[in-house]
Amino acid sequence: MDKILVGLKRVVDYNVRIRVKSDGSGVVTDGVKMSINPFDEIALEEALRIKERGDASEVIAISIGSSDCQQQLRTGLAMGADRAILIETSQEIEPLAAAGILLKIIDKEQPDIVLLGKQAIDDDNNQTGQMLAALWERPQATFASKIEISEGTASVTREVDAGLEVINVDLPAVITTDLRLNEPRYVKLPDIMKAKKKPLEVINADELGIDISPQFTAVSHEAPAEREKGIIVDDVDALIAALKDKDLLG
Amino acid sequence: MSKVLIIAEHDGTNLNQSTARCLSCAQPLDASGADVVVLASQCTAIAEQAAGLSGVARVITVERAENEHAVAAIIAPQIVALASDYDYVLAPSTTFGKDLTPRVAALMGVGQVSDIMSVEGPRQFKRPIYAGNAVVLVEVPEGQTIVATVRVASFRPVAAGGQATITAADISVDLPAHTRFVELKSGDSGDRPDLQTAKVVLSGWRGLGSEENFGILYQLADRMNAAVGASRAAVDAGYVPNEMQVGQTGKIIAPDLYMAFGISGAIQHLTGIKDAGTIVAINKDGEAPIFEIADIGLVGDLFDVIPELEKRL
Repeated sequence: MDKILVGLKRVVDYNVRIRVKSDGSGVVTDGVKMSINPFDEIALEEALRIKERGDASEVIAISIGSSDCQQQLRTGLAMGADRAILIETSQEIEPLAAAGILLKIIDKEQPDIVLLGKQAIDDDNNQTGQMLAALWERPQATFASKIEISEGTASVTREVDAGLEVINVDLPAVITTDLRLNEPRYVKLPDIMKAKKKPLEVINADELGIDISPQFTAVSHEAPAEREKGIIVDDVDALIAALKDKDLLG
Repeated sequence: MSKVLIIAEHDGTNLNQSTARCLSCAQPLDASGADVVVLASQCTAIAEQAAGLSGVARVITVERAENEHAVAAIIAPQIVALASDYDYVLAPSTTFGKDLTPRVAALMGVGQVSDIMSVEGPRQFKRPIYAGNAVVLVEVPEGQTIVATVRVASFRPVAAGGQATITAADISVDLPAHTRFVELKSGDSGDRPDLQTAKVVLSGWRGLGSEENFGILYQLADRMNAAVGASRAAVDAGYVPNEMQVGQTGKIIAPDLYMAFGISGAIQHLTGIKDAGTIVAINKDGEAPIFEIADIGLVGDLFDVIPELEKRL
C-alpha cells in the first residue's frame, strides 16, 4: 500500500491585506493571521481522498520552518493526516533548499507519492515540486486538477495554458496541485481533540547535514505601482466616446 | 556567442509569442542578442519563426522524437546539457516555463528567479510576490548561472526583422521513460484571438449565471475581435474552461484594452490584469473594488450594457 507525503507551508492567510514595511525590509507579518498555504491544503485533501478510496495506507504531513508551524501541522492532523514531521529552522528557506530537505525525508520515509501545492501564496515561486522531482530523479506532474492511481502509475490531468493535459507517470512521483482538484474539508472539533494525540516529530534542520542557506539576496521590497484613479461614465454612449477618445475601438 | 539562452515555447508547429517577450527581457543582459533553443520532433518551421525575430543571435535546434510534447522531465536534461555555455537561461512564466524551468535549475544546483518583471542590473531583478501586492528586488550572487522565468505581461514582444542562423545541436543525454504524454484537451474558443496575445480582452464572471449566458459576451467579443477571459468563480462554476481563467493562479495578461463585466475585483484577479493598457469596469455594484483600478467605470446591469454595446459597435 502506498504512502503519501504532503507538504504544508505556513503562510500569511489569503484574506490578509498585505502591506510592505516602511523600511522596505519585507512585508508586515507581525500579528497577522497565518494559515496553511491553500494549495497545500488541497494537496492534503487529495491525499486523504486517495487513502479513503483505498489507494494509500498512510498520509504524512511535513512542514519546514519555525516551531509555529506546529499549528498548521496540527490542523493537518485534524483534517486526517496520520502523523506529522516538522523540520525546524529559523533560516529563510528557498525552494531549492526545501526540495533538498524533502529529499532527505523521502530517503527515510520512502513515499510513493509526494503531494505539494503548485505554489505558495507568499513568495509565488512555483518551484519546489519541480525541483524535488529533479533531485529525486522521479516524474513530476504539476498543476493537477485530477489524479487517478492505478497499478504503480498515476494519470494526472494538468491545467495548462492550452487547456487540460493528461500525462501518465510511474510512481513514485511528485504531484503539485491546482485549485480545482478538490475542495478541502472543514475540520470538526472532535478531530482537533484527536489530533492532539497524533504523533508530531520535530527534527532540527541542522541534523540533516545539508546546506540550506539562501543563495539569493532580497535587496528591498516595495509596494506595487498604483494605477491612476479613473473616471466614471454615465451610460454606454459615454463609454464608447471615452474608448474612441483613447483610440481603442479599431 | 551570446550569454543568454532562451527556451522557446511552441505548440509543435508555431512559436508562442512568449518567446518574443523573453527576448525583450534579455536585451539589457546581452546587447549582442540571445540564443534561442527549439526542442521539438520537427524543428524547422518553429526555428525559422524564431530566427526572424530581432535580438536573436542564433537559433539552436534539438530535434528528437521524444521532444514531440513538452514533458519537463524529458526536456530539462537536454537544456542542462546546453546551459553550461551560458550565463543566463530564460523561459517564459507560462505553464510551459513554470513546469520546466525549476527542473532545469535544480539539475544545475542553482535557485531560480521566478517571474522577472524588470531587469535592474546584470544580476538584479524585480519580481512580484503576494499576488503582486509587493515587489521584491532580488540579487543573484556572482559565479552561478542565472536561471529565471520571465513574467511575459511585463515585456512587449520584440519586433520581426531578424535573420539569425539556425544550427542543429546533437545532445547525447539519457532521457527518462517514466513520464508519458497522453492527450491535450482544449476548449473551443472559435476563431477568437488567443487570450495571452489579444489586444482586446473581455472578461466575464459567475454572475452571468450560466454557460449559455456567456454567449452574449462571446457575441460582443466577436464583434470587437476580442479574446474572452473569466474570473476563477466562473471557471469553478463550470461556465467556461480553465484556460480562460485570469489571475494569480491563471493567466497574467496585458492587452491594450481589458473590459471586466461584473467582475468585483478580487485581489487574485486584479494581479492578472494590472498591466493592461486601459481597464474598463462594468458592474452594477458601484462599490466594487474593480472600480479602484479601472480607468473607465460604468455602473450598470450587464444584461443591458452588453447587448447595447454590441448594437452600437
